[in-house]
Amino acid sequence: MSQNGSEPRKHTIAVLVENKFGVLSRVAGLFSARGYNIESLSVGETLDPSMSRMTLVVRGDEFVIEQVTKQLHKLIDVIKVSDLTEEDHVEREMVLVRVNAEPAYRAEILRIADIFRAKVVDVTPLTYTLEGTGEESKTGALLDLLRPFGIQELVRTGKIAIARSPKTKVRKVEERVGKAREAIKDPAKEQKITGFVD
Amino acid sequence: MKLSGARIFLECLKREGVDVVFGLPGGAVLPVYDAMYDFRGLTHILVRQEAGAGHAAEGYARVSGKVGVALVTSGPAATNLVTALQDAYMDSIPIVAFTGQVPTHLIGNDAFQEADNVGITRSCTKHNFLVKDPRDMAETIKEAFYIAGTGRPGPVHVDLPKDVLLKEAEFHYPEKVHLRSYNPTYEGHPGQIKRAAQTIFRAKRPVLYVGGGVISSDAAPELLALAELTQIPVTTTVMALGAFPSDHLLSMGMLGMHGSYWANMAVYNSDCLIAVGARFDDRVTGKIEHFSPNSEIIHIDIDPSSISKNIKVHIPIVGDAKRVLARLVQEMAQEQGGQLPDIQRAIREQWLRQIAEWRQKHPFQYDWDDAVIKPQYVMEEISNLIRGEALVVTGVGQHQMWAAQYVKFKHPRHWCTSGGLGTMGYGLPAALGAQAAFPDKLVVNIDGDGSFVMNSQELATLAEHQLPVKTVIINNGYHGMVRQWQEIIYGGRFCAIDLSASPDFVKLADAYGCVGIRATKPSEVVPALEKAFATPGPVVVDMVVDREECVFPMVPAGGANKDMILTHPNKEQKAKAAKSQTGF
Ligand SMILES: Cc1ncc(C[n+]2csc(CCOP(=O)(O)OP(=O)(O)O)c2C)c(N)n1
Ligand SMILES: [Mg+2]
Repeated sequence: MSQNGSEPRKHTIAVLVENKFGVLSRVAGLFSARGYNIESLSVGETLDPSMSRMTLVVRGDEFVIEQVTKQLHKLIDVIKVSDLTEEDHVEREMVLVRVNAEPAYRAEILRIADIFRAKVVDVTPLTYTLEGTGEESKTGALLDLLRPFGIQELVRTGKIAIARSPKTKVRKVEERVGKAREAIKDPAKEQKITGFVD
Repeated sequence: MKLSGARIFLECLKREGVDVVFGLPGGAVLPVYDAMYDFRGLTHILVRQEAGAGHAAEGYARVSGKVGVALVTSGPAATNLVTALQDAYMDSIPIVAFTGQVPTHLIGNDAFQEADNVGITRSCTKHNFLVKDPRDMAETIKEAFYIAGTGRPGPVHVDLPKDVLLKEAEFHYPEKVHLRSYNPTYEGHPGQIKRAAQTIFRAKRPVLYVGGGVISSDAAPELLALAELTQIPVTTTVMALGAFPSDHLLSMGMLGMHGSYWANMAVYNSDCLIAVGARFDDRVTGKIEHFSPNSEIIHIDIDPSSISKNIKVHIPIVGDAKRVLARLVQEMAQEQGGQLPDIQRAIREQWLRQIAEWRQKHPFQYDWDDAVIKPQYVMEEISNLIRGEALVVTGVGQHQMWAAQYVKFKHPRHWCTSGGLGTMGYGLPAALGAQAAFPDKLVVNIDGDGSFVMNSQELATLAEHQLPVKTVIINNGYHGMVRQWQEIIYGGRFCAIDLSASPDFVKLADAYGCVGIRATKPSEVVPALEKAFATPGPVVVDMVVDREECVFPMVPAGGANKDMILTHPNKEQKAKAAKSQTGF
């Protein structure tokens, strides 16, 4: 039941945390203890290796989401919480899907993959494994189209998201990140850090 | 200078200003006890069960305003401590609990006396740490004390693996704590405080609803100043008894389930509710829609997550109660142009008159009996004898509520009770801790016959250290509060409440080396209490009271405060009470 009249909807919440032992279980424990549902959660190190970024997808009305944000913030290891739903942001999810690919359907599957810019990352005589990325609606549509061929196995990363322009508070973090970047002189290392956060 | 982890631990405690540690040794934590052997400047009080260490640390913290410390070993000792941690978490009591742990290379191996300590305490502490390297010891302890004592206070747990205690490291005591992710807000937003002042100034029926946060932030003087300046009546939660003097003209006592009729009616009829350091707990609000339906709510709290959690707040102010109240006093003085203007004063007097009428109509009352001791009478006489100057501690149950209703308070930090968790067995060890903080003060533990035996082993600790706690057992031979619910809400189907097979408490006291006194008639109450308070050392008074007395007024769980049951309910009221049960 909604306490303030607003309808429950999905929120994408970005949580910047200390990259310390036990942080993930603190966040996950908070959700189970307070009875909130996490639809997806993804974690990875940030540019500054002392911090990690979590992207949470939570469903709730404004009242619930306000509590979720406040409770997250109350955790000692949480540095910053932002509800990206309220901001201009870009979000992506990656799926790996192994689908039946008998000779007769191979061309059709490749065509679908092409339309969705999904990559074939593994092939066997009877299967394709595709890698698709995009917003949830896109990955969802890809899966819908593949389903009739018979999906054998499916793995999703959960959503990750990033704001399109930094707000003042985020900028602080960016500054720190900037410094961290300066500190890294070895270009090979830098390469590694800017790699895909999964 | 290189020191062992255990020695670093002790050096840190000393530098944190710790004078007493409540603890019990065991294998994993023995290096600390070995280092303690020739360490000066710390008193260790050996409790008889680890829950006792936790509650003692709580009692110590509540009365002294300092952070309480418990030290126990791994596995079963750590799990014994869990109740006290959750208790401190619910009531925002600053303690730091240290547990031993198996050596780091054995963690996760199901080693002897291993438990996933930090996994277990994660959800019942404000924060917890596992120290993996003696080089991190000093900084971790510094952070633990800082986190426990600042912001919204609470318990912090530090797990100490045995090898970390044995290995040596360079000892540097950090002067400052830097935690980029933890910055409590102390100053309230000036604009919000101004808005609050304007709202309060306009209000016709304002009420100050005060919780334990006012005690934690030592804001009693500011609260008194605000109440007197604005002539606003004050009601406190069970955690905040003592935050406002009980005999003040503006005091309405406790509100909620067993609170005063007049406080509940005032809140219900209020047009402006000023909540300070309180969290709208269900035992306070009853059915929330009927708690204070027509008021504008101002909520001052250091914990943003308390605000608008259970009830929608109109003017939230995040900050420390003491600082916000001090600012609010200034703003109110400005708003009012000094003292309360005459027109306002007249309106306020009318409101206070209305409250006085409610009070006259339904005061706290009980039927006198010449033959049996009424528990309420015991509370009145304890209150008369201590005159607000003793530290009062309670167990959980009816006796706790009678103490809250009838004992009069003059000072903050003179009352320790398990509010949020309602932990039976809290009384004796918490009293022990309070007495350790103030060895020369009178400490009275008002306990129940059920609650007392949950930690009665601590009588041995009291006797050993000659900590002169005076325990008054309100002995009704029942789990009285449960009996009351079964009588009123469950149609008199009594089940599993009889305690008549309890031990002889006088003999029990004697066996522990304490003094035991018994009173069975009303005429014996005062002499027994006087004798107890005059006897040196720990004393247990067995007050044999009316077995079936109930606590009134009472709001059945899930019911509305305004419909509180005032005296023994009739059949219809009982049926209604049974219906209002919503699973509490
Ligand atoms: C550890 C724990 N177990 C059970 C309860 C449930 N409970 C609440 S009050 C009560 C009875 C308390 O009996 P007693 O200490 O004799 O106090 P009385 O109500 O008789 O004054 C019980 C069992 C509790 N609060 N705490
Ligand atoms: Mg009893």
